[in-house]
Amino acid sequence: MSKKKSFTLGELPGAKIWTLAFFIYLYAPMVVLVVYSFNENRRVMNWTGFSLDWYAKAFANDNIQRAAWNSLMIALVATVCAVTIATLAALILGRRNNFRGKDTSTGLISLPLVVPEIATAVATLCFFAVVGIQLGLISVIIAHTVFCIPFAFLPIRARLEGMDDTLEQASRDLYANDWQTFRYVTLPLLMPGIFAGAMLSFIISIDDFIITLMVAGAGSTTLPLYIYGMIRRGITPEVNVISTVMLAISIVFITAYWLLTRRQSVTTH
Amino acid sequence: MNLPQNPATRRFLGLLPAWLVIGIFMVMPMMILLVFSFMESDPYGGVDPGFTIEAYRQILFDLNFDDELEFDPVYLIIIGRSILLALIAVFGCLIFGFPVAYYITRQERRVQNMLLYLVTIPFWTNLLVRTYAWILILSGDGVIEQPLKSLGIIENSLEMMYTNGAVATGLVYSYLPLMVLPIYASLEKLDFRLVEAAHDLYASRFQAFKQVIVPLAKPGIIAGCILVFVPSVGAFIAPDLLGGGKKLMLGSLIHLQFASSRNWPFGGAIAMLLLAFVMIALLWQLRSARKRMEESG
Repeated sequence: MSKKKSFTLGELPGAKIWTLAFFIYLYAPMVVLVVYSFNENRRVMNWTGFSLDWYAKAFANDNIQRAAWNSLMIALVATVCAVTIATLAALILGRRNNFRGKDTSTGLISLPLVVPEIATAVATLCFFAVVGIQLGLISVIIAHTVFCIPFAFLPIRARLEGMDDTLEQASRDLYANDWQTFRYVTLPLLMPGIFAGAMLSFIISIDDFIITLMVAGAGSTTLPLYIYGMIRRGITPEVNVISTVMLAISIVFITAYWLLTRRQSVTTH
Repeated sequence: MNLPQNPATRRFLGLLPAWLVIGIFMVMPMMILLVFSFMESDPYGGVDPGFTIEAYRQILFDLNFDDELEFDPVYLIIIGRSILLALIAVFGCLIFGFPVAYYITRQERRVQNMLLYLVTIPFWTNLLVRTYAWILILSGDGVIEQPLKSLGIIENSLEMMYTNGAVATGLVYSYLPLMVLPIYASLEKLDFRLVEAAHDLYASRFQAFKQVIVPLAKPGIIAGCILVFVPSVGAFIAPDLLGGGKKLMLGSLIHLQFASSRNWPFGGAIAMLLLAFVMIALLWQLRSARKRMEESG
């Protein structure tokens, strides 16, 4: 006697367990890293007990402090530059209008997303060699600004595209000039998009490794470069500590971004 | 304060900074790299003037003692390995990611958002750090081998590090979110009544999956494959940390030419090759998108 198995419509068999396994795979390495950053033993993989000593040691390390400061400076300056450039471009490209060169401009802005990072990295290095710009903080900031632009641009444009332009029309009807309309109507409405773009730029900049590796000079070592150098010399508890801190920074920023854009979609619906 | 009245002037001024910055610091460097790849290598780093296709010749042929060209597969092997590992990463991500993307679309809105958030987090965290974490897992005294050894299940090391498998695992791990998100985006728009209709017409679960769900998810699948393939084929971190420099891929090969080998033209030529692979992948995506447009009218 055969009995037909019943099933819920559209449910893939085992999809739930599969998804669970997926998230374990995605998060297990990070959890391992975080847990071992609290290991008191100098031999990283030998768990002997919980301790915050390595955190204290890492934070007191001059080289790490300098690298952290560099990372922060570079990310802040690159974010401000990228967001300014991206906002101006989005104000033109995010409107429902069509003009010659619109697609080309959007394509150009997305270019850093398409080209493999290693190619961008070596090309930028060659460029600095030709132009004669010394490798250092400035070269890193320039390179970071370029690849941050698309990440700043996308959320700002998305915000503009979802924006209702009746408020701007109302502002003009009330005799506000273009600047006043922009300053008191468009810009405040655009702010969540600009913040979201800034969050993404900041994370992308502070996490970047390959491009920074190629265009950084003496004295412009960033945290990822410092981590890389330490891994090459062998695993130490300090690598785990800074890596955990980097993870925490990214997660805080991406959560802020997520909350910003989520509230945005709530208000527009 | 007055803004320019003419819309064309406004467009020009608004777009000018982006054009300038990306034009000068992205497009121009690419051109310079292309030019460099046709110049002679300076042993102290950089290039010497003079046009030559030496760098491209070097990819396939080596000069032997008699100054004759000799076929040398050493770089071809690296190119082959890069493409193969990138394709493995694409399939790994697809097989692992598709059911997850599908599962997410079947949840209620709030759960969907939560799961999407969990999928995106790793994508935005430091790739170097995430790849490094795999060393803690795969290495000889890592979290997999240590308990197995202490329980006496294995005696010798499994030698998981510095293998193609380790690199592939790292690549799949690195770019998995880039596969899940576009597939989710296309499945989310799927009208579920189509699946119901398929079942009403006596389609089995497999048939409904194969003939309704997969075709509708195709744009997302293709986008996901491209998004995973492009960074995988030029990956540097995973082959460097998990392949230990033994399993060279294009990314590490390019890096080497600019770091220790000091052969900029050759590095440039390999970078151009990498860009060619990326272009092919993108054109393929464009073509299939166009074909879909034509099919749907």
